[in-house]
Amino acid sequence: MNEPIIELKHIKNYLGNSWVHNDLNLSVTRGEILAIVGGSGAGKSTLLRTMLMLQTPTAGTIKVFGQEITPNSTTALHYLHQHSGVLFQHNALFSSFTLLENVAFPLKEHTQLTQQTINQLALLKILAAGLTVEDANKYPAELSGGMQKRAALARAIALDPELLFLDEPTAGLDPQSAAAFDELVLNLQKTLELTIVMVTHDIDTLWQVTNRVAFLGEGRVLAIAPIAELVTINNPLLQAYFTGPRGRAIEKIYSGKKN
Amino acid sequence: MTKKLLEMNNQTDVQQLICQGSWTLANLNQLKKDYDQINWNNLKTIAIDGNAIYKMDTSGAWILQKILKQLNQQQTKFNLAHFHNEHLLLLKMIAAQETHLKEIPQPKRFNWLHRLGQRSYDQLQFIQAFLAFIGELSLIALRVIRNPRAIRWRLLLNIIETSGYQALPIIALLSFMIGVVLTYQMGLQLRTYGANIFIVDLLGFSVFREFGPLLTAIIIAGRTGSAFAAQIGTMVLNEEVDALRTLGIAPAELLVLPKLFGLIIVMPLLSMWANLFGLLGGMLMAKGMLGVTFYDFFERFAQVVSARSLWIGLIKTPIFALLIASIGCFQGMQVSGGADSVGRHTTRSVVQITFCIIITDALFSILFTRLGL
Ligand SMILES: Nc1ncnc2c1ncn2[C@@H]1O[C@H](COP(=O)(O)OP(=O)(O)OP(=O)(O)O)[C@@H](O)[C@H]1O
Ligand SMILES: [Mg+2]
Repeated sequence: MNEPIIELKHIKNYLGNSWVHNDLNLSVTRGEILAIVGGSGAGKSTLLRTMLMLQTPTAGTIKVFGQEITPNSTTALHYLHQHSGVLFQHNALFSSFTLLENVAFPLKEHTQLTQQTINQLALLKILAAGLTVEDANKYPAELSGGMQKRAALARAIALDPELLFLDEPTAGLDPQSAAAFDELVLNLQKTLELTIVMVTHDIDTLWQVTNRVAFLGEGRVLAIAPIAELVTINNPLLQAYFTGPRGRAIEKIYSGKKN
Repeated sequence: MTKKLLEMNNQTDVQQLICQGSWTLANLNQLKKDYDQINWNNLKTIAIDGNAIYKMDTSGAWILQKILKQLNQQQTKFNLAHFHNEHLLLLKMIAAQETHLKEIPQPKRFNWLHRLGQRSYDQLQFIQAFLAFIGELSLIALRVIRNPRAIRWRLLLNIIETSGYQALPIIALLSFMIGVVLTYQMGLQLRTYGANIFIVDLLGFSVFREFGPLLTAIIIAGRTGSAFAAQIGTMVLNEEVDALRTLGIAPAELLVLPKLFGLIIVMPLLSMWANLFGLLGGMLMAKGMLGVTFYDFFERFAQVVSARSLWIGLIKTPIFALLIASIGCFQGMQVSGGADSVGRHTTRSVVQITFCIIITDALFSILFTRLGL
């Protein structure tokens, strides 16, 4: 249980004339839900892109599934991309496919199932993500913002990947759907033993579903701990993030509940 | 042979359905095969044993749910034994989702009459939209011309650079080659009559009146018209055009007008440039193939080719510029939906521009003949 599924060592990223990451170390344990938080522009999305090797780090090593990945390690990369699902911050749905085709696409590419089976499985994912069968034939442009987010989630979990990367999955969702999302993530972890790395600004999600939270700032992981511990750490950046009026109100609710 | 994932055990007093191994997506085909091999009829009660399933994902749970549903339908009694907790939980999740599963609504199919009507209506809509676009553009153009300070000079200069200056090499090269080819083909005929020097007349007229302007227009259509359509189309998808509207700026003013004015300025100049290189190519070829010296060439050229031919060619070019900019931008504005729409409208812009240019050129030919020019 305690082996790391992702290991980042001494990651540096130089983008647009500044260091986005400067000597960043992070390891993700198999089976956990890890959240990455930090202010806007702290480099959270960039970190996810680096883990997926969509962007080569300026320096540092990345190990995923026990194998080091570099732009040239094609087999390791192939394995990674087949066994992980990604929800991008801006959804990245295929605009010329319908919702059903979007979700069915990974299944079609990576399995030898009949079209009918693929469609059934894809529909199950669509339902799991909180959309309805009536939406299946719509194109991304015909879906609302929140629906697009859910469609992207459905595509990310289409293959039941071992490793799930979610970039702001609840942004733009109504509170009820966000709660449903939390439940879905917990269920996925419990039933499929997924490892989930997510970037989120949703403090409710942080308290509800995460096992650990990594706080990104100054190009490094400033702290990594379960959320209840993290909010007590005495660091001006963390304090500023969590003890704003919103953070405090929510903290009260949850820490009250746990006692 | 691999171990079966699903097997019926008839040895015990109660029939037992044994589920084992990895019930995952990778094994789904195998699982379905095993499922089909089992005789599901005449079952009274069965025990389903899931102890030996060591991994199950949603697709495995889906198959299990299918089995349970079938057993329910044929009123077989069953109980689930020794399943792992998380697998039962997954099964519950899938079962809950399955109740919402139904046939995907099929899009309606229409008969040919309906489709014909739809197509005609779409065409009419398209013409109407184009007219509206031209109308809006004209109004804005008139407003801007009366108040030259409203012209966006930076954008205009930018267009002149990217669509004009940067196109110089390709236009030079292609017109030079056309000049060479024309001379070669006409030279073959002229040589048999010994009328070598007449190459100057033919070349001068054809390049000035037709080839220079037409070639330029077609290169610019492919190079710039398509770029206009793709750029504006992507902006439409990105809601940038809507953002402009909400900021109180007419998209046509910011996005279309500078392109239009820029091309109108650039096209005659580029045509002149094309003329020059077309003649140069022809001249070199005339010397090499037909033995017409440069001196002879220039002397004859000055005698027979009048400035009027040049003007007749150049006068067409602003019209071509108008066609390229307006159709390119209009097709960009028509983009909707997704990325393939950008592709479709970009293609359409080039096809329509080329079509319109050639038609216009033909009309000009008729007009000039009527006028006796
Ligand atoms: N392609 C790029 N070129 C230049 N700079 C970039 C690029 N991508 C990201 N950056 C910079 O890297 C920093 C981190 O960006 P990133 O998108 O990772 O932020 P983020 O933490 O995900 O923020 P948010 O919470 O707003 O999504 C920003 O300062 C951004 O300007
Ligand atoms: Mg981001």
